[in-house]
Amino acid sequence: KLDPGLIMEQVKVQIAVANAQELLQRMTDKCFRKCIGKPGGALDNSEQVRTGGRSGDPRVCSLGLPLRLCVPQKCIAMCMDRYMDSWNTVSRAYNSRLQRERANM
Amino acid sequence: REGPGHTGSAMDAPSAAGLGGADPQLQRFIEVETQKQRFQQLVHQMTELCWEKCMDKPGPKLDSRAETCFVNCVERFIDTSQFILNRLEQTQKSKSAFSESLSD
Repeated sequence: KLDPGLIMEQVKVQIAVANAQELLQRMTDKCFRKCIGKPGGALDNSEQVRTGGRSGDPRVCSLGLPLRLCVPQKCIAMCMDRYMDSWNTVSRAYNSRLQRERANM
Repeated sequence: REGPGHTGSAMDAPSAAGLGGADPQLQRFIEVETQKQRFQQLVHQMTELCWEKCMDKPGPKLDSRAETCFVNCVERFIDTSQFILNRLEQTQKSKSAFSESLSD
């Protein structure tokens, strides 16, 4: 016999996972665009690489990544934090708007 | 909106009616969770859109100008969404029957 409480918990977990994946997908898209491949630099103190068909430096950095991939990590890390800040700001603003709408009804 | 890694779930159903069967607790749960998901999806969507408009250079923190931009962006997005819904409703009413114009 199925326990509705258990089903509800499982569904909540599935939803949380789906949301995390959604966030990750969009964050990755945005931060890739910001940090990778723009010659001339859109960011101050940016550390950007051009992706290209070079054979590459076989040396690795402290992360164990080939050197050509290590450079923009600071940019990506910052971008991730700003994306989370943005997400939270949007969530709060939307929530406020919804409450205002409800109050006006 | 489907994408790589999207896990399908009962929450994808456009209407929760009929799900949960006779169990009112489950029915209520589905309604609540569906509502929450709509909220989450919109936050994802607006964050993505507003990022393009408001975020020029990700810095060490979200400055107040960017934050204001995000807040305004959310408000304008909701305004736009409401405007579109209202106008669509109006244009449907002014036509004698929407389906008639479609079958021309």
